[in-house]
Amino acid sequence: MRNTQATQLLFDQSHPGRRGITFPASDVPEGALDEMIPAAQRSKSLPELPEVTEPAVIRHYVNLSTLNMSVDTHFYPLGSCTMKYNPKRHERLAALPGLVDLHPYATAHSSQGMLQMLFETQEMLAEIAGLPAVSLQPAAGAQGELAALLVAAAYFRDRGEKRTKVLFPDSAHGTNPASANIAGFECVQLPSTDKGFVDLDLLKEQLDDQTAVFMITNPNTLGMFEREIGTIAEMVHAAGGLVYIDGANMNAILGITRPGDFGGDMMHYNVHKTFTGPHGAGGPGSGPIAVRDFLAEYLPGPVVAKNDTGEFQLEQPAKSIGRVRSFFGNVGILLRGYCYLRTLGAQGLREVSENAVLNANYLLAKLKGVLPVPQGDRCMHEFVATAKSLATKKGITAMDIAKRLLDYGFHAPTVYFPMVVPEAVMVEPTETESKETLDAFAAAILAISEEDADYVHAAPHTTPVRRPDDVKAARQPNLRWTPTCE
Amino acid sequence: MAYLDNTPEQQREMLATIGAASIEELFAQIPAELQLKRPLDMPPALTEMELQTALGNLAKQNSERQGTCFMGGGCYDHFIPAAVDAIASRSEFYTAYTPYQAEASQGSLQAFYEFQTLVCQLTGMEVSNASLYEGGTSVSEAAFMAMRVTGRYKKVVLLGSVHPEYRAVVDTYFSDLECEAIVVPTPNGIADFAAVRDALDDQTACLVIQQPNFFGCLEEARELVEAAHEVGALAVVSCDPISLGMLVRPGEYGADIVVAEGQSLGTPLQYGGPFLGILACRQKFMRKMPGRLIGETTDRDGRPCFVLNLQAREQHIRRDKATSNICTNQGLIALRATAYMALLGKQGLGEVAELSCRKAHYVAERLTAIDGFSLAYDRPFFKEFTLRCENGAAEALAKAAQAGFDIGPLLSQFDASNQTDLLVATTECRTRHEIDALADALAQ
Repeated sequence: MRNTQATQLLFDQSHPGRRGITFPASDVPEGALDEMIPAAQRSKSLPELPEVTEPAVIRHYVNLSTLNMSVDTHFYPLGSCTMKYNPKRHERLAALPGLVDLHPYATAHSSQGMLQMLFETQEMLAEIAGLPAVSLQPAAGAQGELAALLVAAAYFRDRGEKRTKVLFPDSAHGTNPASANIAGFECVQLPSTDKGFVDLDLLKEQLDDQTAVFMITNPNTLGMFEREIGTIAEMVHAAGGLVYIDGANMNAILGITRPGDFGGDMMHYNVHKTFTGPHGAGGPGSGPIAVRDFLAEYLPGPVVAKNDTGEFQLEQPAKSIGRVRSFFGNVGILLRGYCYLRTLGAQGLREVSENAVLNANYLLAKLKGVLPVPQGDRCMHEFVATAKSLATKKGITAMDIAKRLLDYGFHAPTVYFPMVVPEAVMVEPTETESKETLDAFAAAILAISEEDADYVHAAPHTTPVRRPDDVKAARQPNLRWTPTCE
Repeated sequence: MAYLDNTPEQQREMLATIGAASIEELFAQIPAELQLKRPLDMPPALTEMELQTALGNLAKQNSERQGTCFMGGGCYDHFIPAAVDAIASRSEFYTAYTPYQAEASQGSLQAFYEFQTLVCQLTGMEVSNASLYEGGTSVSEAAFMAMRVTGRYKKVVLLGSVHPEYRAVVDTYFSDLECEAIVVPTPNGIADFAAVRDALDDQTACLVIQQPNFFGCLEEARELVEAAHEVGALAVVSCDPISLGMLVRPGEYGADIVVAEGQSLGTPLQYGGPFLGILACRQKFMRKMPGRLIGETTDRDGRPCFVLNLQAREQHIRRDKATSNICTNQGLIALRATAYMALLGKQGLGEVAELSCRKAHYVAERLTAIDGFSLAYDRPFFKEFTLRCENGAAEALAKAAQAGFDIGPLLSQFDASNQTDLLVATTECRTRHEIDALADALAQ
């Protein structure tokens, strides 16, 4: 039962004099603040933060939380996002004293346990990638992309080569071109074949001595493994370029094949996808990168090294591109990834990918009758179906299906991405879902396809709000609460 | 394996539906020569009990050597009310994705709208985004934004008193761009106006100021903002959010873009991250902002609700023309900051600021009364200051550690030629007893 009073804006619940916390009185000798900080530097008023009690704050946010769908409450088959279960043990362990309260400038002597954890994380990520050198610094996948592109730029600069272009297929995540642009490269987008793979002829045309990097997601965003990846990598290498693997889809191939083994020179991980860092409604992520040995000295740092006496220490690689963020990295997320990798081991990791791929193929088989998959009968950990015929025949679009699924108690798949498939419905069930859940989801989509089109188009019918007006939001942006004059 | 639901029998049923003989067959699209022929070389799998022991041992190696925290340098040991953890532990928040489906995400969307409002109230600015990675990249993003606003793509100016790691991030981001990052040295602990004016010109996109600065000193921020405006550059102010419970807000002295490391607002130190990048600005620059923005609108039935707004700036729509490559924000950390600011309110924030400030001044008074210790800069400071140690900063740090107190960082970490200075910071958490004991230890 919803409590709509508690979900009024926080600011509407504010009353002068209410307190959510009190602090102990000062126990140091009294002094005049004027003698500490000149009056001109002090504000004459306090910031107008709301005044609310602790019980009210708790009731407010707990009630707000119930307006969300989440992995813990719902099946969340959002393609490309790997919404798998986030183990509770990670939350407890990440909060251990000595980990949660360790200052990033603590001496190496007093952070040996932390450094060991990070060092072992580097080693495990290197092994899974098949690429020997790892930097844990990037805060998220997009920052990993940027960092790796800067590594590539530094490498070519060092060799006296002026390479200005970054190539990527049109099915790439938007972060690929955005990162390449920030890194100072010219972006060249390659149309995919009608099957959604890299067009080798087009690639060959574009590859030249100006090509710095070819960025490719593998498995690609259609959920297909690029069979020709070996040839692609050879072609890029023959032109003197480097191959970057966007690791967003690593959940499909853990322990099965490795980016370093299929020709990648650099890659990023999304620890918050593949290794269960909770998504936190949009972050924090963590985007470590792994590279070949000849790129190791350019990595962003610090990285963790083990010295001759077995002690761990922070080190800046010899020709490092520098820092990409302040302090070490998103350690809290890396720590959850570490716990996950230590829990699974080699066999467990392989089972993750096997079951992620099994679940996706099972759902594909159950759904292809109503939502055909242009790329064929088999997929890796996710697939992209199309609602095109349903839209043409009945007027039920991908967006309609997404919205109506919410009524059935399922989060929507990703829709309208990748853009190479019309009316795209991108489904990634992950390995932590049961056959029963997948059956129920498939049944819901079949039921929706048979519903009255107008009714579906008006969906969702049961959510707290229905089809917000995005156009109005953009035309008259209201990005903050302001007090109304009385 | 603990997190898998499929039983072997179900796996067989599923394979039958697919029409595949085995799971291996599903991987047939990966050429055989590219498949790994051996198990990954990983440490053995651990049960939950074993993992808890293993992590407990690692944690203990740190905690046994940790002292009472007087450390600064951009992140601080402020008190975190239990209610912040309770709210951030709601798994409806922490196991949700980016709120692309507004109907299924009103909880997070409203919380982020409240975050944006609270940041505006705190900084005195007009709009805020829904967070960036952390303080350092926020400075870089602000610099890029200033270029877009001014159309000046060749030069930004940063004070030498801006956090050295923030400056390092800007250097990295600029390494293959035309743009130059000019650093104006601050040998006296704060900006030298003549040098700042020399560095600024009509090609400068922005001047980046940190208030209080890295050395703990208060800059003459209002005058620096004016100097930037005189040449048509934007003034970017990087601030400590806690200090705004006492200091003049950047919005009051004309800042154009305010950035901050938001860790102090309810997020633990956890060895440097995840932290919280804050970025707020004037209304007129709204469409040039990086990162996610939440807006209020109405739904089909006229009910007020919240959505991701102005997404046409972002990488998933605009690709290489996006205002930033950022995709994730720090949703969960922004939620922590929201809960923290909601709980503290205006009075609580004022008290934390005043307690931190008074205690820092008491620490400074006690430590500088000891022979061989002085303030490196005779300037007003807020909760942190640079301590000069005649007999070497490393020795002082070791002496404090011996007695169970962590001070620092050593400034030699950022500038090898500086062997005498280190930072000391206090928060409301430190007691007079602890401060006296630290002073006694250093006096030995």
